[in-house]
Amino acid sequence: MRLLTQQQYMNMLAYVFGPDVQPMTRFAALPRVAGLLASGASRAGLTDAQLEVYQKTASKVAEQVISEDSRKYLVPCVPAEPAAADAECARTFISRVGPLLYRRALPPEYVDVLVEEANKAANSLKDFYQGLGVVIEGMLLSPSVLLVTETMEPDPDHPGAQRLDAWSLATRLSLFLWNAPPDADLLEAAGNGELHTRRGLAKQVDRMLASPRLEGGVRALFDDMFEFENFATLSKDGQVYPNFTGETAVDAREQTLRTIVDHLVVRHEDYRDLFTTRQTFMSPSLAPIYKVAVRSPGWSPYEFPPDSPYAGLLTQVSFQALHSHPGRSSATLRGKALREIMLCQVVPRPPPDVDFSAVENPDGTLKTARERVGFHLQNPSCAGCHLITDPTGLAMESFDGAGQFRREEGGVDIDTSGNLDGVEFDDVVGLGEALRDNPQVPRCLVRRAFAYATGTSSDSNNRDLLEFLAQEFASSGYVLPDLLREIALSSAFRTVYELEVRPTAPLPDQQSAQEPASAAELTASVAP
Amino acid sequence: MNIRKMSRRRVLRGVLNGGVVAVALPVLDCFLNENGNAYASGAPLPVRFGTWFWGLGGNNNILIPSKTGPGYEIPEQLAPVARVRQHINLISNLTAFRDGEPNLCHYSGWIIGRSGKAPKSSADRPTETLDITIANQIGRATRFRTLTASATGDFRNTVSYENENSPNPPEISPVEFYARLYGPDFQDPNSPDFTPNPRTMARRSVLSAVMGEIKTLEKAVGAADRQRLEQYFTGLRHLERQFDQQLTKPEPIAACHAPSAVTSDPQMGVDVEMVQTRHRLLTDLMVMAVACDQTRVFNMAYSNAQANTVREGYEKPHHTTTHEEPIDAKLGYQPNHAYFASRAIEEWAYFVEAFSKIREGSGTLLDNMLIYANTDHGDARIHSLDQLIAFTAGRAGGRVKTGLHVDAGGGGVTRVGYTALRVMGLDLPAWGVKSNMTSNHLSEIIA
Repeated sequence: MRLLTQQQYMNMLAYVFGPDVQPMTRFAALPRVAGLLASGASRAGLTDAQLEVYQKTASKVAEQVISEDSRKYLVPCVPAEPAAADAECARTFISRVGPLLYRRALPPEYVDVLVEEANKAANSLKDFYQGLGVVIEGMLLSPSVLLVTETMEPDPDHPGAQRLDAWSLATRLSLFLWNAPPDADLLEAAGNGELHTRRGLAKQVDRMLASPRLEGGVRALFDDMFEFENFATLSKDGQVYPNFTGETAVDAREQTLRTIVDHLVVRHEDYRDLFTTRQTFMSPSLAPIYKVAVRSPGWSPYEFPPDSPYAGLLTQVSFQALHSHPGRSSATLRGKALREIMLCQVVPRPPPDVDFSAVENPDGTLKTARERVGFHLQNPSCAGCHLITDPTGLAMESFDGAGQFRREEGGVDIDTSGNLDGVEFDDVVGLGEALRDNPQVPRCLVRRAFAYATGTSSDSNNRDLLEFLAQEFASSGYVLPDLLREIALSSAFRTVYELEVRPTAPLPDQQSAQEPASAAELTASVAP
Repeated sequence: MNIRKMSRRRVLRGVLNGGVVAVALPVLDCFLNENGNAYASGAPLPVRFGTWFWGLGGNNNILIPSKTGPGYEIPEQLAPVARVRQHINLISNLTAFRDGEPNLCHYSGWIIGRSGKAPKSSADRPTETLDITIANQIGRATRFRTLTASATGDFRNTVSYENENSPNPPEISPVEFYARLYGPDFQDPNSPDFTPNPRTMARRSVLSAVMGEIKTLEKAVGAADRQRLEQYFTGLRHLERQFDQQLTKPEPIAACHAPSAVTSDPQMGVDVEMVQTRHRLLTDLMVMAVACDQTRVFNMAYSNAQANTVREGYEKPHHTTTHEEPIDAKLGYQPNHAYFASRAIEEWAYFVEAFSKIREGSGTLLDNMLIYANTDHGDARIHSLDQLIAFTAGRAGGRVKTGLHVDAGGGGVTRVGYTALRVMGLDLPAWGVKSNMTSNHLSEIIA
């Protein structure tokens, strides 16, 4: 069972009620589990505060849907008497909208319940549309809508085995490829059994891969994998980096996502080349950071010249600025991000008892980050991890904390040489090439993509399966849509992955009292 | 108006006749006993519980007084607290015991302080923080069982956990916090008018249908998911209770004055000035939420553990400063770390003072509260889990003495949490796990 993410909820609203129905809201943050928020959605609990947010959001949606402007488009019938219940019209609306929200056909008796609620509310409020609004609110608070429940059924092709039922499969496909609930076509394929046939499934997957909505799905996958939710809190010191504004942060994220979509979805290029490509998109707010001229407003395609220090995702502002401090760069944060995000490795946390003050430079003799962090490598308890992060992180010192290229720091030339798992390079462009050729890069994407697709944790999945998918990805020339297709059509994709039971009850010695204590007990318990 | 001349009978008559309830703004006082410390019925005024959090502690050699007990001297970094010292206790020399688990920098310390258990890894989240333990005891009668806010601007970082998968997300936007507290669903307890909204009744009805779905879903899922469905159900019950409250006329509360609307948020960012502005706006809203009895349990975070607060023109965030700044030989501490830490202490004083300014009964709102403030490290430079400090504020309706500096003698930080739990009415024989388990409350501060 997964929580519907905020973006998935918004995509649902846009599909069901139109793109204008996008209420301002903020769903609770999901935990990042093994590199993905999508995996955290399988574990995230629900708090009272979250239900409140859902209720308020639902109320805004209902208000907008039944508003005088919208109702003529969104309610497919007109009540006989606007100031009273109209069961027929309510049923028409609920029957149309219900399956799209619940992601499955609604049992007739449940439609009856909702129609009855609409009628009761309409009569008490003396307004058909207000009655409908109350039911829209109720539907949007339904656990069947906000929680993605995956249901098993016996697999007739494999006696004794279980598979996802067709509705659950439709939802899993749609969330994976579109980051949105299923559309009417997909639900129909689920309802008529087509999705359980090899040909029917392939037809739907191919349709979804060919749809413009694939872009939204690919964006969501990389937004998650690249930890771009951190842009929400990214800020830079205005005095140190006056060129970096709030708009820069928004555009930095967008630039990378546009580059990814163009490279992988539009041009079907090799995933690995994302780390060396000089093709991207530029906006006026990014131009001063890259020190390039942009003549037109908005976004335009841009190609860095061959001798430019900009090549590949690592050199984009999104990577360099996101993995820096507000007022300076960080070789360690960047090296760590490269290892964890691009290579799916885990860099251990720093030891607790290190006195870092030697890293400081009180006498001014240490000018560059390489000299300062050299301290880490002299100390055995630090060196273990810093040898993992620093040889790549220091190569990226040619970008300051805002992602602006620089050749020197403190008047001294920056040494950007380093190595990645034994491959030597001279600068960040060379690092990008080394990363491109690192066999762990496509494997990492496969690992994340499968976990993302199934809501599982990427450190828990079958290694043989992942290796098989990685080989298929390689033989396709590392074309992303081919990988997505391979995953979506695999039998592993149609499997239910049960989350292990984790103890969530309070410890015995801090058990929450269920009943409020009496005043006398309160007083007594304080007495020493 | 001389409130003492207004009899309970007269006010009650006003209420019953309707319409003239407007005269009853200070009515709470009329309902109090002669001492102003309890309702005339004998029921005590509610005692509320709050927490406050700041990251990276302080510079202990300019923060901790040498004298203990009352009348302690005020060292340099404690200066802002001087103006609220009669309301607070400083507890120094506390230890968070690791019990063989790793020292998870900026995590173990405060987690132990709020959950009583040393985490095994940074993914090991508290099964329940003490604010929730207390909220489940005293928070069910109010509109919000608990409220959590953070001045950091980071809504993914919280100090409150319902269980390991359910952090309570903090309010970070004053505009949104205002809307949640005082938007259309706020019922001003002192408003002369009360008309139940028929829409709320309809909403409540449809909620029952939604709740019915959970039973169907429960049959289709495994044990782990059933736990989440139960949480969902609890959340829906919470909404139901909120609807019920909206359909019931609230009792007047003298201290409650809905603040003026917050229409724009302060600039995003972690600069100390921005954080301060945000902290004060959120604090003011929180104070009135408590005064208006919207909640009886709340949390406020000034900074995250491993605080990333920055100072304009200074390249290192607070956390980096604690590690990289040399100790000034003459001063004997890290001056820039001291700057950031002092700003946090200043905000603690603001927080305490804000509650102390609201009159309630014969005293202040703070007199009927207990606030527990903690941090992640004793000496942040070396990630120490000893020499931790904590504060309490408020007299908890007379259950707690204030104005004291207590040297805990290296004892467990859980003693402060345990004391808070006991003061708030939880009859627990002990709290915490292994070395952090304690049944030894801070008797020095118990009245």
